Amino acid sequence: MNIRMIAKLAAGAALIAMTAGAAKAAEQVEVLHWWTSGGEAAALNVLKENLQKQGVAWKDMPVAGGAGSAAMTALRARVTAGDPPTAVQLLGFDLKDWAEMGVAANLDDLAKKEGWDKVIPAALQNFSKYDGHWIAAPVNIHSTNWLWINKAALDKAGGKVPTNIAELITLLDAFKGQGLTALAHGGVPWQDGTLWEAVVLSTGGPDFYKKAVLDLDPAALSGDTMKKVFDTMSKLRTYFDPNFSGREWNLSTALVIEGKAGAQEMGDWSKGEWLRANKKPGTDFVCIRFPGTQGSVLFNADQFMMFNVGGDAEKAQLKMASAVEDPAFQIAFNTVKGSVPARTDVSNEKFDDCGKKGMADLTEASSKGTLMGSLAHGYAQPAAIKEAMLDVITQHLNGQLTTEAALKRLPEAVKAAK
Amino acid sequence: MSAANETVSAGGARTARYFIYAALIILALVYLLPLYVMLSTSLKSLDEIRGGDMLAPPRDPSIAAWVRAWGEACIGVSCVGIKGYFWNSIKMVVPAVLVSTLLGALNGYVLTKWRFPGHKLVFGMMLFACFIPFQAVLIPMARVLGTFGLSNSTTGLVIVHVIYGLGFTTLFFRNYYEAFPDELVKAAMIDGAGFFRIFWRILLPSSGPIIVVTIIYQFTNIWNDFLFGVSFSSGTSSPMTVALNNLVASSTGVKEYNVDMAAAVFAALPTLFVYVVAGRYFVRGLMAGAVKG
Amino acid sequence: MSTIEPVPVLEPQRQGRSIADGLRNALPKIVLAPSFAVILVFVYGFILWTVYLSFTTSRILPVYKWGGFDAYYRLWSQPNWYVAMQNLAIFGVLYIGICIILGLGIAILMDQRIRAEGVLRPIFLYPMALSFVVTGTAWKWFLNPGLGLENTMHNLGWTSFKFDWLVNPKMAIYTVVIAGVWQASGFVMAMFLAGLRGIDGEIIKAAQIDGASNVSIYRRIIIPLLRPVFLSAFIVLAHMAIKSYDLVIALTGGGPGNATELPSTFMYSYTFTRNQMNVGSASAVMMLMGITAIIVPYLYSELRERKQ
Repeated sequence: MNIRMIAKLAAGAALIAMTAGAAKAAEQVEVLHWWTSGGEAAALNVLKENLQKQGVAWKDMPVAGGAGSAAMTALRARVTAGDPPTAVQLLGFDLKDWAEMGVAANLDDLAKKEGWDKVIPAALQNFSKYDGHWIAAPVNIHSTNWLWINKAALDKAGGKVPTNIAELITLLDAFKGQGLTALAHGGVPWQDGTLWEAVVLSTGGPDFYKKAVLDLDPAALSGDTMKKVFDTMSKLRTYFDPNFSGREWNLSTALVIEGKAGAQEMGDWSKGEWLRANKKPGTDFVCIRFPGTQGSVLFNADQFMMFNVGGDAEKAQLKMASAVEDPAFQIAFNTVKGSVPARTDVSNEKFDDCGKKGMADLTEASSKGTLMGSLAHGYAQPAAIKEAMLDVITQHLNGQLTTEAALKRLPEAVKAAK
Repeated sequence: MSAANETVSAGGARTARYFIYAALIILALVYLLPLYVMLSTSLKSLDEIRGGDMLAPPRDPSIAAWVRAWGEACIGVSCVGIKGYFWNSIKMVVPAVLVSTLLGALNGYVLTKWRFPGHKLVFGMMLFACFIPFQAVLIPMARVLGTFGLSNSTTGLVIVHVIYGLGFTTLFFRNYYEAFPDELVKAAMIDGAGFFRIFWRILLPSSGPIIVVTIIYQFTNIWNDFLFGVSFSSGTSSPMTVALNNLVASSTGVKEYNVDMAAAVFAALPTLFVYVVAGRYFVRGLMAGAVKG
Repeated sequence: MSTIEPVPVLEPQRQGRSIADGLRNALPKIVLAPSFAVILVFVYGFILWTVYLSFTTSRILPVYKWGGFDAYYRLWSQPNWYVAMQNLAIFGVLYIGICIILGLGIAILMDQRIRAEGVLRPIFLYPMALSFVVTGTAWKWFLNPGLGLENTMHNLGWTSFKFDWLVNPKMAIYTVVIAGVWQASGFVMAMFLAGLRGIDGEIIKAAQIDGASNVSIYRRIIIPLLRPVFLSAFIVLAHMAIKSYDLVIALTGGGPGNATELPSTFMYSYTFTRNQMNVGSASAVMMLMGITAIIVPYLYSELRERKQ
C-alpha cells in the first residue's frame, strides 16, 4: 500500500464522516464523453468506481454521434452558459483551441507532484499542455497505421505479411481470388482520412509525412509523391465492396472477423472488436503496421481536458485527473480499449501481443522522432484545415474528383482554411 | 365534397373504386415499410438480423430486446435502459406544450378580437419566427440560459421550446379565431364581460379542433427535438431523443440492432399514439383554421 | 396562413376615462407584450447577433473582433458551399414538387368516400410523427444495397435488380428526397384533405348538372379552389426543405464525399465541428436571406389582402 492509496483511503473516510448532503454537493465530477458503447463504458466504469471510493460522485454526460460532433455542440452551449462540465473528452488541436479561449483549468501542481513530465511522451505533452501549463489528463495513446488481417485468409494466401504497398496489392488480389471483399473499409470522411494518412506515410516515409501533413508544404501537397498517394488510394478503392459508403468502422471490422473480408486498415481500437468476438491475436487475426510504415507511429490520444470550474469542484477535478493517470486505471482501460497507456512506465504484462507490439513501437517511434500526430483524428492540424483536407480526400476516393483535380484542390483547400 | 363519383355509371364506378382502393392500399404499404422494418427487427435475434433478409418476418419473435431497451441497455456508464429518459421527455413536453398552447391562444385572441394599430406587423413578425434555423440560435440561447442560471435544467429546456413554438401556436389560433364570429364577442362585451371572461367563456370552449391541432403539432416537434435537447440538458436529465442517439449512434462495440430498434419504437410510441388517436381531429382542425382556403 | 374573409376590426370600448378603464383598454396589449418581446429578443435579437458574428473572426466560440467580409469571402470560395446550394435546389424542387403532387393525389383518393379512411389516414400521417433520430437507422438499412431493398430483391430471385443510390455520389441526394417525401407528404395530404372537405358541395353539384366529367371538375373547379392550400403547403415545405438537417445526417451524414451536403449541414459543421464559427454564421445569414426572400412576399400579400 503506497502513500497515495493511504491518502485516498483517508480522504474517503473523511468524506464518509461528513454529512452526506454537503459531501455530495462538493465532490462531484461531470464528465462529457462519447464512449457510449459497452466495452468503452465498462472501461470508464473503472474510473467511476475508483472515484466513488474516494467519495467523488460521477455525473455522466454521454453524447454520442458523428465522432463527437454532437458532443462539441453540447460543450459549446455549456461553456457559453458559463457552466462547463468538469472534464471533457477531447482530441488534439481542439484542446489548444479551447485552452486559447481561457477556459482550461491548471493541473501543474498535480502534474509536478505525480511527475507527469517524465512519464508522458513529449509528442503528447504538446497537446496536454497549453502555454507550458498542464490542462488535460491523457487517457491513452491510439495509433492509426495498423492493418488487421484475417489469419485464415492470410494463410490461404501464402501466410506472408506484406511489408510494402506492392506486396499489399498482391495480397489483396489473392483475397479477391478467394471470393472475399479484399479490403474492408467504411466510407466516412475520417475513415477515408485514416487510410489516406497511412498511405502517405508508407509512400513518402516519415519525413514526407511531416512535410506534407504537419508542415503543409504546398509543393509536397501537390507533388509527384502525393500523386502516387492518390493513385494508390484509387487502386485501393477497387478492393472495397459496393456497400462501403457511410458504413461504420466496426461493421467493417465485423466483416473481417466473420471471414467475409480479408483485411482492414484501422486504428488499434478495432482490436476491441476482435477481443469481444473471442478472437486471439496470432491465431485468429494478425496485427501489423500498415505495410511500409513499420518504425513510425501516427498517434491519436484521448484526453480529459479539465475545464475551469473553480471552488470546491476543483478538488474533485484534481482527484479525477490523478485517477486517470493511475497506472492501474491505465492498464484496466487500455487493455479493453485496444490502445496503449498514455504513460510509458506502465508494465506491459497484462497486454496481449498486439498491445505489447503497440507499446514497443511507441517507445521506438518516440525516441526516433517518428511519433507523429494523426490527421484524421485532429492531432496533425486544427479542425478547419483537417476537415478541408478530408473534404478533398473523401471526394477523390468517391470519384467526385480526379487525381489531377485533387492535387490542385488539396493545397487550395488548405490555404482557404488557414 | 365527396360526391365526385356520383354521376359515374355503376360498372365504371366499381372498376374505379377497385382502382382507388388498390392504389391506396399499395401506397399505405409503402408508407408502413420503415415502421415494419423497425418492429420486425426489434423482435428478431441478432443472428437472424445479421444473416437474414431485412423484410422477412421474425422467425421466432421475442420481446427480449424490448425488455433490454426499456430497463437494461447501457447509455454511457449506467445500464438502466431508456425508461428514465422517457419520463424526462414527458416532464419537458407536457409543460412546454401547455404553456405554448395557452400563450398562442391568448395571442391569437388579441390579434383578432382586440386589434390595435400595427397588429399585422406584430403578427407578421411573430410568424417569421417560425422560420429561423435553430442551429443559429444555440450559442446566444446558451448564453441567456447561463445568465439566468437555467443552463442544463429542464426548466430552461421548457422555456426554449415555448419561445420557439410561439410563432406556430399564435399562427394556428389567430387563423382559427379570425373565422370566429365577432358578433358573439361584441354581444358579450355589451353584457359587460371583460377581456379574460370573454376568452374563457366564449372563445376557449369552442376552440376544440384548433387546440387539438396545436397540441399535436407542438407535442410532435418538442418530443422529437434533438438539437435543443443535446445542447441544453445533460446526462440523466436528457430527453429521450438524446438517449436514443447515444444508444444507436455509439461509435464502437457490437451493435445490438434489435435493442436499437426496440428503443426507437419506444421513443416513437407517444407521438404515434397521439397521431393515431387524434388523427381525425387533426384534419378537422386543419379544416377549421390552419390551412383553410 | 389564411385568406379568410376580412372581419371588421373590433375596437376596444373607449368610453371610460378612469385609470381602471385605461388599464382595461391596455390589457390586450399587456397580454400580447411578453410573447412579442420574447420573439423580438430571441429571434430578431439573435438574428442581428448572428449577422454581427459573421463579420468577426470567431472560430471556436464567439469573439467580438472585427473581421470584415472575410467570412463571406471564405464562404463563397468554398466548393462545399456551392455543392450545398446546388443540392438544395435539386432537393427543394423535387421535395416540394413530389410532396404536393403525392399529397394532393392521396387526398383526392381519400376523398372518394372510401370505407377505411380512419385506418388509412394515420398510416399516411404517421411519418410526420417520427423523428429521423428514430427512423434513420431503418431508412439507412432499407436503402443500403447490401442489406435493404436490393438484397431483398436478390433473395427473391431478381438478381439483376440494382438500387445503389445511397452509395452513389451522383444519386445519393435523391435518396434524401425519397425519405423526405415519405415524411412530409402525409402532412400535405392532410392539408389538401382539409381543403377538399372545405369546398362548398353546391358548386360541384352545379357542375355535375352541367354534365362536366369528374376529371374536368377536378381540373377546372376543385384544384383552382385549393389555391390557398397550395400556397400554405409550399410555405411549410419550403421552410422544411431549407431547415432539413436530421434527414441528411441520419441517411448519409452528408456523403458519399460531400454529395448530399445542404446549407443546413454546412452551417452546422462549420459552426460546431470545423471551428469556423464566422463562416458558419455567414452561411446562416445567407440561409436567413433565402428564407426572407420566400416568406416576406408571402406574408406581405397575405396580410395586405385583408386590408382592402
